[in-house]
Amino acid sequence: MSASSQEVATRNGVFVRAAIYVLLILFAVYYLLPLYVMVVNSLKPLDEIRQGNMLALPREWTLAPWASAWSTAQIGVSPTGLKPYFLNSVLMVVPAVAISTILGALNGYVLTKWRFRGDTIVFGMMLLACFIPFQIVLIPSARILGLLGLAGTVSGLVLIHAIYGLGFTTLFFRNYYEAFPTELIRAAQIDGASFFQIFRRILLPSSGPIIVVTVIWQFTNIWNDFLFGSSFSSVDSIPITVALNNLVNSSTGVKEYNVHFAGAILAALPTLIVYIVSGRYFVRGLMAGAVKG
Amino acid sequence: MPFLEIDNLEKSFGSARILKGVSLEIEEGGFLVLVGPSGCGKSTLLNTIAGLESITGGEIRINGRRVNELHPSKRDIAMVFQSYALYPHMTVAQNIGFGMEIRGVPKAERDKAIAEVAQLLQIGHLLERKPRQLSGGQRQRVAMGRALVRKPQVFLFDEPLSNLDAKLRIDMRTEIKRLHQRMGTTIVYVTHDQIEAMTLATKIAVLKDGTLQQFGTPAEIYNNPANTFVADFMGSPAMNLIPATIASDGPSLAVVMEREAREPIRLPLPSPPASLSAFRDKKVVFGVRPEALTDLEGADRNADAIATAHCHIEVVEPAGSDTFAVTNLGGKGVVARLRADAQIQPGTDAPLAFNLSKAVFFDPTTEQRIV
Repeated sequence: MSASSQEVATRNGVFVRAAIYVLLILFAVYYLLPLYVMVVNSLKPLDEIRQGNMLALPREWTLAPWASAWSTAQIGVSPTGLKPYFLNSVLMVVPAVAISTILGALNGYVLTKWRFRGDTIVFGMMLLACFIPFQIVLIPSARILGLLGLAGTVSGLVLIHAIYGLGFTTLFFRNYYEAFPTELIRAAQIDGASFFQIFRRILLPSSGPIIVVTVIWQFTNIWNDFLFGSSFSSVDSIPITVALNNLVNSSTGVKEYNVHFAGAILAALPTLIVYIVSGRYFVRGLMAGAVKG
Repeated sequence: MPFLEIDNLEKSFGSARILKGVSLEIEEGGFLVLVGPSGCGKSTLLNTIAGLESITGGEIRINGRRVNELHPSKRDIAMVFQSYALYPHMTVAQNIGFGMEIRGVPKAERDKAIAEVAQLLQIGHLLERKPRQLSGGQRQRVAMGRALVRKPQVFLFDEPLSNLDAKLRIDMRTEIKRLHQRMGTTIVYVTHDQIEAMTLATKIAVLKDGTLQQFGTPAEIYNNPANTFVADFMGSPAMNLIPATIASDGPSLAVVMEREAREPIRLPLPSPPASLSAFRDKKVVFGVRPEALTDLEGADRNADAIATAHCHIEVVEPAGSDTFAVTNLGGKGVVARLRADAQIQPGTDAPLAFNLSKAVFFDPTTEQRIV
């Protein structure tokens, strides 16, 4: 009796498991389909796309759309491809991520280990930067950039992104350091370590997971930003997201969909790589604050 | 001349006064234990000595030098933390050497000092390990090694044994005492464990709610507690504090304790404290430690004032080395400590010997001792 009911239970278990897998596979296909369409069509000549099936594999494989998107496609008025704008984005993202991460770490360190009167108020105000709709700050920011002489430059974009990233990076590091044992800081103080020595020698070596989380977060956000990029850039500081838009919207000549697809993938590639390389730390880092050890 | 002096120390967080004018001092090579229940301010006091927390008033002097304004690293102290506070990403050797590294001591000299300390604490084979690869006792040793290597004027210990299991705690306690005897460095040690306080200290400071209750040698604290709090806190099982009345006994005095459904016990006092006569016919708290209340054979033969009374035994608790018997006096459970093989049955009456030369009296309103 009990043996047979157990058998039923096992069979039910198998059935449920199978159902779960089928569902998961369906969702995976659903999510991956756009990427598939983009990759497949970026490797086709334009004729094949015009003729019909977006889902079909290319009959004739070609890298020409990629080459075109990278170096010869018409962006706005000049046929430069995405290359210079890709470079602009790199020049913008790297310093902006570095600055906002380092400052966020310092903020987190001060807000948890060197507490001062009103620190929670300061932290609360910094959190505003996470929730404020950026459209609100466009005009004041433009004014400030103008005053600083940074309007329309990559440095200006770096500054804006570093500042508006600070809210999130501070939040991440503050929550991470909140769980960091204060006795370690005190031990280091007695050992004679200075403010920055404690930060560099004690805190940073234990911050690996949260640094990864912050870098991924900041990199993705800043790389993908369109609003600031389109508002504050001039011809020679346009980031890749804006350039991609210009590529797709170029009104001259035929619409080269295969080039557009290749360009879109090129624009998305760095965030994809960052996530693939360090994604597992991302999950681990997000968990680190919740479960100790 | 006192080596570490704490003079009228005040510490407030906002409107909350944590330390209310504490004054202490310890001679060079002394072992000062700060003891008290949690929240009494003992750890705060230690942190102010270390310089990890600022003080609101008063003065701290080490070897005659005022250190109020000095950074922790400049006070020539070392501290062992409750959680050990070992740097998790450094090896044992790096942990011990970190302070020297910060001070710019050359590598060769550092290695020599680390090796010395490692040998002293028998952790030489652990030097290349990370803290997470060590057991609790080993971490404890490394934490002490990090303190020892500085050769400070004062060691500060913040409940260093509270994270160890019972057996290891006793071993490490002995170890700390041995180290202290060997090095002869002044130590300030915080604990909430009164047995640790008794066994380690040359001087004990009992704190409660930020005020110093009593400061003295372990024997003074144990035998002559200044008030009922100290009497109750120090000693295990705790001192029996029995509500009683003082009555005249010819020219002298007697203590009278009520009992349930029986005649009160009346014990004549051969040498009462001088002020006790003011309490004639008034209520007092009669304090007698369990070991001063025992079976007739177990009573101290050298004591000059033994009084015997028949008491109703309610509970008997054999504990191996002793047998504890609980009776009821003055409406409270009273613990007597008998010899291990004392023949005693619960529910019967048995004669108990009160060692009155060890008894103390407290004023029930002020809770201060009557001397």
